[in-house]
Amino acid sequence: MKNLAAGVPHKEYLFSGHTACPGCSAVLTIRHLTKVLGRKTVFVITASCFSIIAGQPPLRTFDLNVFHCPFPSSAAVGGGLKRGLIAAGDSETQVVVLAGDGGTFDIGLQGLSAAAERNEDIIFICYDNEAYMNTGMQRSSASPFGSQSNTTPAPRIKQNPKKDIMAIIAAHAVPYAATATIAYPRDLLAKVEKAKNIKGFRFFHLMCPCPPGWGIDSDESVELSRLAVETGVFPLYETEDGERITITHRPDSLRPVEDYLLRQRRFSTMTAADRQKVRDFVSRKWRKLLAAAEATI
Amino acid sequence: MTEKIITGNQAVAQGVRLSRAQVVSAYPITPQTTVMETLAEMWAGGEFGGDFVAVESEYSALGYCVGAAYAGARAFTATSSHGLAYMHELIHWAAGARLPIVMSNANRAIGAPWCIESDQTDSLSQRDTGWLQLYCSSVQEILDSIIMAFRLAETARLPVMVNYDGFYLSHTYEAAAIPEQKEVDLFLPSPPDRPAIDLDAPENRHGLVGSEAMHRLLSVRYQATEAVLAIYEEIYREFALRFGRRWPAVEYAGPPGAQTVLVTAGGMAQTVKSFLSGPGRGEALLRIRLFRPFPADGIRKVLGAPHVARVVVIDRNVSMGVGGIFAQEVKAALQGLPKGPQVSELNVSGGLDLSPDLLARALEAQRPEGEKINWAVNLL
Repeated sequence: MKNLAAGVPHKEYLFSGHTACPGCSAVLTIRHLTKVLGRKTVFVITASCFSIIAGQPPLRTFDLNVFHCPFPSSAAVGGGLKRGLIAAGDSETQVVVLAGDGGTFDIGLQGLSAAAERNEDIIFICYDNEAYMNTGMQRSSASPFGSQSNTTPAPRIKQNPKKDIMAIIAAHAVPYAATATIAYPRDLLAKVEKAKNIKGFRFFHLMCPCPPGWGIDSDESVELSRLAVETGVFPLYETEDGERITITHRPDSLRPVEDYLLRQRRFSTMTAADRQKVRDFVSRKWRKLLAAAEATI
Repeated sequence: MTEKIITGNQAVAQGVRLSRAQVVSAYPITPQTTVMETLAEMWAGGEFGGDFVAVESEYSALGYCVGAAYAGARAFTATSSHGLAYMHELIHWAAGARLPIVMSNANRAIGAPWCIESDQTDSLSQRDTGWLQLYCSSVQEILDSIIMAFRLAETARLPVMVNYDGFYLSHTYEAAAIPEQKEVDLFLPSPPDRPAIDLDAPENRHGLVGSEAMHRLLSVRYQATEAVLAIYEEIYREFALRFGRRWPAVEYAGPPGAQTVLVTAGGMAQTVKSFLSGPGRGEALLRIRLFRPFPADGIRKVLGAPHVARVVVIDRNVSMGVGGIFAQEVKAALQGLPKGPQVSELNVSGGLDLSPDLLARALEAQRPEGEKINWAVNLL
């Protein structure tokens, strides 16, 4: 077995003993990402699981400065913080906005779009656990077709597909946008390293399985992250300037979506016909992505 | 110092320029728009040295100020009416986070229905957010107040809202003295030249706290806000010494022993003053300039004097089910006096013009039975 930790910096910027749920892949992902971001980083955290995970002041989970902000304001506060730092003589420190899928796909979308359009010099990170998990699992526009939540209870499971946030962000022609998961740590860290050295608006869409929300065991979140990639549900790729698309991990063939869907309680009331819909949707999207990557010179 | 004929909105922009604001962020709304347009022009022409961000909403405009103030930079935004209402969540946040942001607000009615006329209900709806609030009565006062507001905000570590009547002041041209940059620099310290963030001593700011910590923070902020009454006194006196213009928290104008005192805020004070200077009038004016913290002692001292028998509060705003908001605050300040004056209300909400003629009729009119408020509409 390959040593997955090879090349991962030892320095930690997230203390242990925080209040994330057991098996939380979001906190694991952010922990690794901060290792690349390093000391010259300031986080802006909006209402999300990380409002809790960051700790009750004066205690702190991050060994980096953290500023909390109201739910829809994260991109604006991040942009203002960056401009404020420059005005006060610091043009080096990276401003990193951390938001969940609610704070990115839904309540934060307007400010996010505006910051992307103005090409604000910040890194916006969406940790996507596909529902409002911090308030106890209610559907978001990132929730996939066929999933249950407390606001889409069976048999009224979600009928709309997941919003394509990467396409929305890419449509702003931002310098850099990438998907990543903790199941592919080297891919994740390489992308963060790359983003760190680009100026302008940078976006990360991180797929973060949530054990209590998805109905999986706490030791399954990394495995589910991998399955999301291998089934084509969550392809790993990056876009530059809204044009150049590079697939950074290309499975020889996609595994059946059932390998992913049937492992999770939130999909337990899907019918075979529902799963067929997902299969068609995923293969259509995958072919489209392959074509887009092919068209990139 | 140069004297120029400018509008209230241009006065705001001049004040922001002279205050060396570092980050300005705004979204257009009538009647504020020419504030941000003037600043954009100054910015493009190199006259204004700060950063200017034209954002997609008032919510983000204040969001940028919050972020910039987190970094320690001097931040400003301008708005009005619906824009102010849209910012509401962040207005609370800025005060809770003790950020010395300055915002100008051109008072305008809030819909429904759509109405762009002057009405103070927009800023008075933000009464309980913890912002310090000033109400201006002239173009000169607007310019001076922006400069004073930065000094006040940074001394008290609380945000300041500078209010003035939409159109009546925002778009009215008046002569104003524009101070020299070096004069302002002596009054207002230079903006920060290093970030307020220490990368080697990280903090977790404004994260989740429990009830006891929250209660303690609120009580500390209450005390900080009360202390502003004394800080304001000091700042306005220094401003008067340096610039020769006096802007006290409450202004009294009229004969010393007046039995009737008209109380108001904002540009209506100019009308009241000119009305009172007419032949045969013996009433006085009390203008409330500082609304938060409320200068209750100063008001009580004037209106609680034995010779004052009648007080008429003129409100261009209304709290449904209670009445004019300044009237309610004045009544509360007078509560407990052994022999207080009779307080009545004249209401011109919705932007009605307070003409001298209307004032004369209001002072003579007997209120209809059962009505505690004199609605100007009944006197037109």
